[in-house]
Amino acid sequence: MNGSTSSQKHPLDGLLRTDRIPHIWCPGCGIGTVFSSSLIAIRSTGAEPMKTAVVSGIGCTGRGAGYVNLDSYHTTHGRAIPFATGMKLANPELSVVVFSGDGDLFAIGGNHFIHAARRNMDLTVICVNNLNYGMTGGQAAATTPYLAKTSTTPLGNPEAPFNLPLLAYACGATYIARWTMLHTRDLTQSITEALTRTGFSFIEVLAPCPTGYGRKNKLKASDLLKVYQEKAIVKNGANPAETILDLEQGITLGKFVEYDRPTFAQNYKAVTSD
Amino acid sequence: MKFWRVPLDTEQIVITRGVVHIIEDRCKGCGYCIDYCPRGVLEASSRFNNKGYHPPVVRQPDLCVNCHYCEAICPDFAIYSVEAPAQPISELPIK
Repeated sequence: MNGSTSSQKHPLDGLLRTDRIPHIWCPGCGIGTVFSSSLIAIRSTGAEPMKTAVVSGIGCTGRGAGYVNLDSYHTTHGRAIPFATGMKLANPELSVVVFSGDGDLFAIGGNHFIHAARRNMDLTVICVNNLNYGMTGGQAAATTPYLAKTSTTPLGNPEAPFNLPLLAYACGATYIARWTMLHTRDLTQSITEALTRTGFSFIEVLAPCPTGYGRKNKLKASDLLKVYQEKAIVKNGANPAETILDLEQGITLGKFVEYDRPTFAQNYKAVTSD
Repeated sequence: MKFWRVPLDTEQIVITRGVVHIIEDRCKGCGYCIDYCPRGVLEASSRFNNKGYHPPVVRQPDLCVNCHYCEAICPDFAIYSVEAPAQPISELPIK
């Protein structure tokens, strides 16, 4: 009943390249949970597997594309969104999911993000935010909180981090939500909503990085989850400018924005049909 | 479960039950399933798996209500629960 036998089959094994499991993510890393929530959401939409594609950039989160048993694309660093844009425009029937990290999407790939959001490309962008560059050794990233210690900021980070929901809103994203990997049910529901709607959907997910961020800031993986549990302020419909991400003051979570406007493909069709 | 009298709707209420399965060799011992199981079904074992981690072990199988939270929070696809025949509340020892 509770032993380990080779006949055991996890419910998500159909969507996983099981020959590659166990994955490379460290013990306590939250990316696996976010990945699992994404797979549950993809499964719950009931879309044909042939009509869903997953695109990743580079980094820990970027390895996600290699584990999903769907059409997937592990692209160059920061370029997940341009590749996904091309896929979506060439094959409008595809539901394209971009699964990547904060460093890939907002540091090296920041420009691609803002322009895809401005055009309202019909993509679902899931950004796993672990507050540092995990794969390369825990350096300070564009999302590292002020005064947080990383391997490149041993005295504390002097920079202010991005407010990702506000950035996405200012650029024109039409669906914006933020959750942590602990809020798996809400996260799965948000990803399902994003997959079934039309327009640029952005979901930021906080996930612990015990090896990079946690070790420097004396936070074990379970400590970070406790912070997520205690400091979470769920505020659906909150103004993105008023959302905070501070491990001491609070973390605003929820679905902040959802509205409709024509997508790039619709506008392009309207312009070229004459 | 303790009630001061037998509830009037005991005939209609059933409590779902689940059986937890652990794929031990996928586990990396993060302990999230143990910490966040709402019913405290799991416990860390002293045994090692093939990779040298301590996988969880089911200590109180009767408490599982098949909520699938361990399945959702596990970053390693190493634990899942399947539904077991539900138990009518009238069969529970109510005192």
